Amino acid sequence: MREILEILEKDARATPKVIAMMLALAEDEVRRTIEDLEKSKVIVKFKTVVNWEKAGEELASALIEVKVSPQRGVGFDAIAERIYRFPEARSVYLVSGTYDLQVQVVGKTMKDISRFVTEKLAPLEGVHGTVTHFLLKRYKEDGDILEDEEEVKRLPLSL
Amino acid sequence: MSAIRYSARTANEKRRDIISERVKSIPPSGIRKFFDLLNSMDGVISLGIGEPDFTTPWHIREYAIYSMERGHTMYTSNAGLIELRQELARHLSRLYGVEYDPQKELLITVGVSEALDIALRAIINPGDEIIIPEPTYVAYSASAILAGASVVSVPTSRANDFNVTAAEIEARVTDRTKAILLGYPNNPTGAVVSRQELIAIAEVAQRRDLIVISDEIYDRLIYDVEHTCFSSLPGVWDRTILLGGFSKAYAMTGWRVGYAAAPADILEAMFKIHQYVMMCAPTGGQRAALEALRNGEEAVQEMVQEYNRRRRVICNGFNEIGLSCFEPKGAFYAFPSIESTGMTSEEFAEALLMEEKVAVVPGTAFGASGAGHVRCCYATSLRNINEALVRIDRFVGKRAKDK
Repeated sequence: MREILEILEKDARATPKVIAMMLALAEDEVRRTIEDLEKSKVIVKFKTVVNWEKAGEELASALIEVKVSPQRGVGFDAIAERIYRFPEARSVYLVSGTYDLQVQVVGKTMKDISRFVTEKLAPLEGVHGTVTHFLLKRYKEDGDILEDEEEVKRLPLSL
Repeated sequence: MSAIRYSARTANEKRRDIISERVKSIPPSGIRKFFDLLNSMDGVISLGIGEPDFTTPWHIREYAIYSMERGHTMYTSNAGLIELRQELARHLSRLYGVEYDPQKELLITVGVSEALDIALRAIINPGDEIIIPEPTYVAYSASAILAGASVVSVPTSRANDFNVTAAEIEARVTDRTKAILLGYPNNPTGAVVSRQELIAIAEVAQRRDLIVISDEIYDRLIYDVEHTCFSSLPGVWDRTILLGGFSKAYAMTGWRVGYAAAPADILEAMFKIHQYVMMCAPTGGQRAALEALRNGEEAVQEMVQEYNRRRRVICNGFNEIGLSCFEPKGAFYAFPSIESTGMTSEEFAEALLMEEKVAVVPGTAFGASGAGHVRCCYATSLRNINEALVRIDRFVGKRAKDK
């Protein structure tokens, strides 16, 4: 199961037939395992990594440090949920250190993001303060390097 | 410039034959023509390569860069960095339980290529015979001939999954036999000789008083079985020259670092040649190798897992196409039979390249017993492997229809 997940995490398009070959398993077994993994939400979804800048789309994005006060009984979960339900919030993490939640926000312009922070995020009850870091350049995302790398040439034939 | 060249050429014409008989006795590489053809074409998927497609893991490259920044740019001791030899001794002991004294029994070389050359030159007297199983890595017999040995080939075949047996070796031992040269996991077949058979070969070596040169460059690239280090077998430590390196396991082909491990008297003789012809292995490469041994295990495991998956895909693929392929247990080569197409391995390789732009190496490049087979390296992306399989399927299908 672990190996099936590893292969799919690298290439969501790997078919059960190919995975079965790679792992010396039966195709049916692989197909069933993937279905089970989807049902149990171990596989959350299959999606594509897009470099929007290359597609010519201008996007603004920011990492926001959020200080909040936890609530009795639900800790940070309730305030985190209030935040992650906003579609503008692309990722939300509870972190250790000098602030509590790290929120990544994506919008069309910097103005969109400012508006979200000042009108939606900062005024929430329980939010004490925010520090907004606008993203200047993306180098690597989720393990994938976004820069075009020069292809390394191997000799086409060696013995 | 051209005038100078012209005069050099006229001078040439008057010159007597200057190339040594020994060099002339080595057959030219049979695939040279093929290589030129391949270089002139676009869009070729090459399964003709003999090195990893991974670049050296970043932590190894970064360590080497750092060592250069600190100024490690000079010769090392002739035998190689002592830290590297110590680390290597621990590595061999940990993996295979073989013990070598880093001071006297280990030598860092410029790849296994140099290690093999000096091993042969250290032990061969003119006319000595050396037994080499075939198909074989192309440099084995050439290096043996250059060292003055007579090569005695042991053909192996598909019938025994290209494994050599002790009986086949013993049948070729004469009074002049000095050594056996083994290369397992094997290039080009991917064959791995069983521990049991290696023990039998070790017994032959003892009985007939032979040296065994064991090239174990692919020792880490082994799938679903365990590698047997030849010198770890009972009774043969003191007659084994163990060769290994970093190129394949750590994807470090261009760094040119390998090693030889042997009893002190043999190693001393090899060292003598090494210090005169090579001085030392490249310093940057040695530093990189040190980092590879210290922190490279995880990367090795990841690469091996990836090769293993590709290996299964390509072997399955060939068998589905109707090119029967035995399961290679090591290295990164598949060696399918192309006999069902009725073509020779050279015809197959050339037509496949021209018609479908897939490069494979004819089995005969590795000796006559490679006939009817082609070597396909699966150290390339799964996408390339799958596309190559589609093209080969089309190629073979067309042949079947024509028949």
